[in-house]
Amino acid sequence: MGNVLVFAEHQHHKFPKSTQVAIAAGKEAARIVGGDCYAVILGKGIDALANELAEYGVKKVFSVDDAAFEHYLAGTYAAAVTQLVKEKGVEIIVAAATAAGKDLLPRAAALLGAGMASEVVTFNADGTFERPMYAGNAVATVKLEGSPKVVTVRATAMDPATKGGGKAEIEKVSISLDAAAQAVKFVSFSETKSNRPVLTEARIIVSGGRALKSAENFKTVLEPLVDVLGAAMGASRAAVDAGFVPNDLQIGQTGKVVAPDLYIAVGISGAIQHVAGMKDSKTIVAINKDEEAPIFQVADYGLVADLFKAVPELKEELEKLKH
Amino acid sequence: MKILVTVKRVPDPNAAIKVKPDGSGIVTENLKYVVNPFDEIGIEEALRLKGKGGEAEVVLVSVGGKASSEQLRTGLAMGADRAILVLAEQELDSLAVARIFEKIARDEKADLVLMGKQAIDDDANQTGQMLAALLGWPQATFASKAEGLDSENEKKGIPGVVISDGKGAQVAREVDGGLETIQLPLPAVVTVDLRLNTPRYASLPGIMKARKKEMKEIPVDSLGVDVTPKAKVLKLAPPPARQAGRKVGSVQELVQVLHTEAKVI
Repeated sequence: MGNVLVFAEHQHHKFPKSTQVAIAAGKEAARIVGGDCYAVILGKGIDALANELAEYGVKKVFSVDDAAFEHYLAGTYAAAVTQLVKEKGVEIIVAAATAAGKDLLPRAAALLGAGMASEVVTFNADGTFERPMYAGNAVATVKLEGSPKVVTVRATAMDPATKGGGKAEIEKVSISLDAAAQAVKFVSFSETKSNRPVLTEARIIVSGGRALKSAENFKTVLEPLVDVLGAAMGASRAAVDAGFVPNDLQIGQTGKVVAPDLYIAVGISGAIQHVAGMKDSKTIVAINKDEEAPIFQVADYGLVADLFKAVPELKEELEKLKH
Repeated sequence: MKILVTVKRVPDPNAAIKVKPDGSGIVTENLKYVVNPFDEIGIEEALRLKGKGGEAEVVLVSVGGKASSEQLRTGLAMGADRAILVLAEQELDSLAVARIFEKIARDEKADLVLMGKQAIDDDANQTGQMLAALLGWPQATFASKAEGLDSENEKKGIPGVVISDGKGAQVAREVDGGLETIQLPLPAVVTVDLRLNTPRYASLPGIMKARKKEMKEIPVDSLGVDVTPKAKVLKLAPPPARQAGRKVGSVQELVQVLHTEAKVI
């Protein structure tokens, strides 16, 4: 039947850019297999979101609106996705490689006995997929046998889908859940509060490494630069592990993968694991006092300097430019 | 309580990985192999849950060639009780590995399976979630320590995964935008993230003791599990190289090139 189902994740009553990328990927996959692109949204009180989703040029929106789906949980969501795939003749299931997408899709794949490719960056015309391996040191061409097939797509892989071209039909779907699927209880969510742009959506990112030396220095040295640029703040694993900043700021192989227009790496040596998460940025700037630091091999512009001098100076120069 | 911990043999994360010219794989000459770093965190968590009183048995399981016994030995030297090596030389995908672990988890009657959230070779981040689905068990992925790695609890070696009465687990998970806490009944699969704990090193007495610990080898064919891969890697290619940039002499010059040349500010 060759249809594609996109898991349309929403956060704070809106669709993040990663969901729009997943929709774009779903449409691309549907074009390759010659089928239709559907999207599914799950939650409680999601009529407005389902209506919005219907404007992204998909063929149909399935809406699962039920108190059991108020919080994302792998067990309930995987049961719903699996039921839809079986009922609607879906060949390819697509989600963004976000925390929820990575948690959900492998579970759904196993329930369906399906092969899966993670963090896909290219959908080839012959139906194969390209994805990075070994911290981005290799790009694998992967073939998934049988049907259905399951893929998560990297949020930097393609341009997000845009609205326009009419409104799709919305079909309300009810899901039968067994006790096992509902065994997990949501307890709490401790949100990292920030007024800055979301890392994966920011046009400019300023990232700090271990050389900043303390949480205090992130605040007093790095943050003023971040804010004068209206940027998002990121960090290397070393800085996160040292407890300088919260974990969800980590950029790299095992953290977030970003590709902003401008990426400024401050006091980051440039381990392969970090580079894997930012090397697709349009322009990369590195500030490091060690001129041999590997980060300079990927930077478009490198400044060998003591960050504690260079960063405040850079902030001042940028302020001048603004005025 | 019985805790099963999965262990994968992977190239040293600090090694420079090169793709073979024919794209059939990576260059393995002189490559050092280690325990997948996430799996080390899984082993550490299991040992903490086992506690000094030894309330739990910690069983390691790996799938791969004979050489994987080195990594299992490392885990035994850290303090795990025994190990199982499922011998399989062929290419396996995540689903096949999950099916093998499913069989082992059932045979062992495990109460908890701890796994690294991803292996740093294929970076798939799939097997734990697949295993939970196949077993019909709940899952908690990306387990973290709510109090952080610089906390008193971490210094005291207290586990981040909280088990109550051997019946349920409370897990803090690293998700987009913060930390989520969920409660799940056992048996369950928990995959661990970087900031759950700091793994111990194997001590010399630990290494000596590990030599005498049981390591059972099971040929994969004897398990009666379908291991035909659904996901096949056809070829590998080196990533597109990034054009080398240049050094600038001052902050003023940096601002100027970003403004007039790169036009990003």
